[in-house]
Amino acid sequence: MKIEKFILKYFDMIRTIIAVLIGVMVSVLVIYIISKSPGHSLMYFLTGPFMTRGRIGNLLETATPILFGGLAVSIPFQASQFNVGQEGAIYLGAALGTAFALSFHFPAFMYAVIVLIFAGLIGAGWGYIPGILKAKWKVDELVSSLMMNYVAYFLGLYVINYHFRDKSAGFLVSYELPHPVWLKQFIPGTRIHLGIILAVVFAFLVYYFLYHTKLGYEIRMTGFNLHFAKYGGINTFKVIILSQVIGGFIAGVGGMVEVMGIHHRFNWQMSPGYGWDGVVVAIIGHNHPLLIILASLFLAYLRVGGQVMNLLSDVPSEMVTVIESIIILLITAEAFLSQWKYRITVREAALKEVSDESAT
Amino acid sequence: MDTILSIRNIVKVYPNGVVANKGISFDIEKNTIHALVGENGAGKTTLMKILFGIEKPQEGKIIYKGKEVHFKSPLDAIHNGIGMVHQHLMLAPDLTVAENLTLGIEPRKWKVFLDTKKAVDIAKRVSEEFGMEVPLEKRVRDLPIGIRQRVEILKALLRNAELLILDEPTAVLTPQETEVLFKTLFDLKKHGKTIIFISHKLKEVKAIADRVTVIRDGKVIATEDAGSLTEHEIAELMVGREIRFERIPPSPKVGAPLLKVKNIRYRNKENVEVLKGVSFEVRSGEILGVAGVEGNGQTELVEILTGLRKADEGSIVINGEEVIGKTPREIREKGVSHIPEDRMKNGVAENAKIKENLIVDRYYKNPFSKGMFVDWKFITKYSAKLMKDFNVLATSPDALVSSLSGGNIQKVVVARELSMNPSVIIADQPVRGIDVGSEELVHRLLNEARDKGSAIFLVSADLDEVLELSSRIIVIYNGEIVARFDDVEGLTGKDLGPYMLGVKREA
Repeated sequence: MKIEKFILKYFDMIRTIIAVLIGVMVSVLVIYIISKSPGHSLMYFLTGPFMTRGRIGNLLETATPILFGGLAVSIPFQASQFNVGQEGAIYLGAALGTAFALSFHFPAFMYAVIVLIFAGLIGAGWGYIPGILKAKWKVDELVSSLMMNYVAYFLGLYVINYHFRDKSAGFLVSYELPHPVWLKQFIPGTRIHLGIILAVVFAFLVYYFLYHTKLGYEIRMTGFNLHFAKYGGINTFKVIILSQVIGGFIAGVGGMVEVMGIHHRFNWQMSPGYGWDGVVVAIIGHNHPLLIILASLFLAYLRVGGQVMNLLSDVPSEMVTVIESIIILLITAEAFLSQWKYRITVREAALKEVSDESAT
Repeated sequence: MDTILSIRNIVKVYPNGVVANKGISFDIEKNTIHALVGENGAGKTTLMKILFGIEKPQEGKIIYKGKEVHFKSPLDAIHNGIGMVHQHLMLAPDLTVAENLTLGIEPRKWKVFLDTKKAVDIAKRVSEEFGMEVPLEKRVRDLPIGIRQRVEILKALLRNAELLILDEPTAVLTPQETEVLFKTLFDLKKHGKTIIFISHKLKEVKAIADRVTVIRDGKVIATEDAGSLTEHEIAELMVGREIRFERIPPSPKVGAPLLKVKNIRYRNKENVEVLKGVSFEVRSGEILGVAGVEGNGQTELVEILTGLRKADEGSIVINGEEVIGKTPREIREKGVSHIPEDRMKNGVAENAKIKENLIVDRYYKNPFSKGMFVDWKFITKYSAKLMKDFNVLATSPDALVSSLSGGNIQKVVVARELSMNPSVIIADQPVRGIDVGSEELVHRLLNEARDKGSAIFLVSADLDEVLELSSRIIVIYNGEIVARFDDVEGLTGKDLGPYMLGVKREA
């Protein structure tokens, strides 16, 4: 009886965990089918990410931009604004942030901060456009933000390739960033950099913002029920725009952090996909900033596991995509496990009925 | 007499844990009108949905014409000769009556093209057979609601319904339209049909039913011959205790007008003039009731008064200040509160906590927040107190609104709207769909607010509610105020009906 109450209370979380387990189980099954030595492949996949210091480092540095992406997605999503322009905001924030850092110079102690704020503002601007289009003319933000990802990509590519390209490098990359802008890699043998601390700080800030500030309350109420928010006197016009602007800001910062922490120059000839990873972890983490930390670590774990497996066994790393897809599918499928919940609800209700009867 | 339908021990639990039917059993005799009565939320509609194949019960049997049946869908029920007329009519407004009647079984030319002429013939045949006249070639959208309902009944008859379920058919009708409906139902009985008539209006039940089943809290309380029970007895069975129908005493003190509305005009997106110059005043210490069939401009008027919609013309003065063009928050800050028509759409965010719902109009003020931060500790204490004062039954202020019953959700709304000493209260259907206990509480609170000097603007589709509470009454029809009654003493629904229908209007 107690366990049933527990299940009802934490149903969403339990459902997520079950979805994750099913995803992993299916991948185990697939590995058994396609691998010649499934035991080894599986071991590399599941325990690989923890086997060396370098790989643990890998896991954390992979999780960092994903976490930024997830936080950037969670704010508009909590307002029920399905802005998926974070990919573009990350890319453009990084590209224009790099251009900015290469063009202007500031005293060392504030150089990095100014660059990050600039990148954030670029992202915020990128969130503002779908926001104002939605609030003013009801343009679907999903469509406009999606389209804007292409604009961001080609714009960023143009700026870097035509104006900041390091012609002495063998690849299409920008000039190297000045050293004061580098985020310190502080654990020897890994590339773990200050960005991960910044990302976690951001997660707590976003949590506090959403759940303990007036604007956070407005965002969540607008997301729960737009009519209710309007009726209660909330300026939903402002909320719709600001939620996307703030999300864009975080995305822009996240993109620049990646450049400043890992590559030290802009080298994305392809859009890196952190915005999309952000959507994935926001969904797994139910748009809750603290759960998104866990979801980002989990996704990074899968990715690194996939890479290790790819390297040391005969199973390709694309395997990981299969798991991701299954998990997302199961979490977003409303009917998944709803019958189970329904049966428990019925039993609970029946029990309550009986105890009410005997009480009277 | 033969039993056409036996319902045995039906139990239905909804996914949110609400037990709507707790073992319902009764029989329905062939060729009778069987009334099913109970308060809102007693489980009548749920039971009928089960009967019609829309919902599946967890337990229980339905025996129809001597055979146990399990309808998988409404279509299944229709094939078995059961027809249902829903509370909200299910017609295609842009199709003609004949097209609506034959929808899904429409006659075709060469199997592809609609044979409109034949459709009209078929529709005509059935309408003549039962003596129910309808304008076959008119579009449904142009018809008054009473006629639309008749179309809905004919639709069921055309599909050979022997058992007709009518779910609160009179809720949207004026007294005059109701009489016409009753004549139709008597005729159908003569034709050998069986009718289940769902209602909570006891006068009607007494007037029309042969037998009555009373449901309370998901259980059958009694099934009796309608003749053997008085209205009062049925009412007491319904609510389980003594009740009274009486007008509340007049206001002790009526003061200056707090809400002055002048010549409000509004055209909707379809360019239909929904409000055609509406003017009225509500004074401190009085309740102005608006009578009218739903959809005559009330919803738009309320939204304009509360700033949710922009009027094309006119003036609204609240506490001496013009509020046209002001935002909902600015209007609320003038001391206006609003109990909305549809509490699930406007009144609450059901997936948010109760405390989050209680502060939507005041979270930004001290002491609910300080600077940019919300003080949840204070809000939790505050909410617990409001919940106690307004008798909201829930485990804690942190419970989700979606876990509450309809009556308790409405109490959350009312607690929020009446707890800031409003000077003007816009109450739109304040007791719709809630249990009698909550209804009494809401009415008492409105009454108290009136005595404390609030000006209350009450919109309700329930004439009895308007008559019980109002100090003055206006009747709205087709976007215009067609009658004003400053003296409500001795006024009845019959007096208002012709105005509500647009048959009569004051010069």
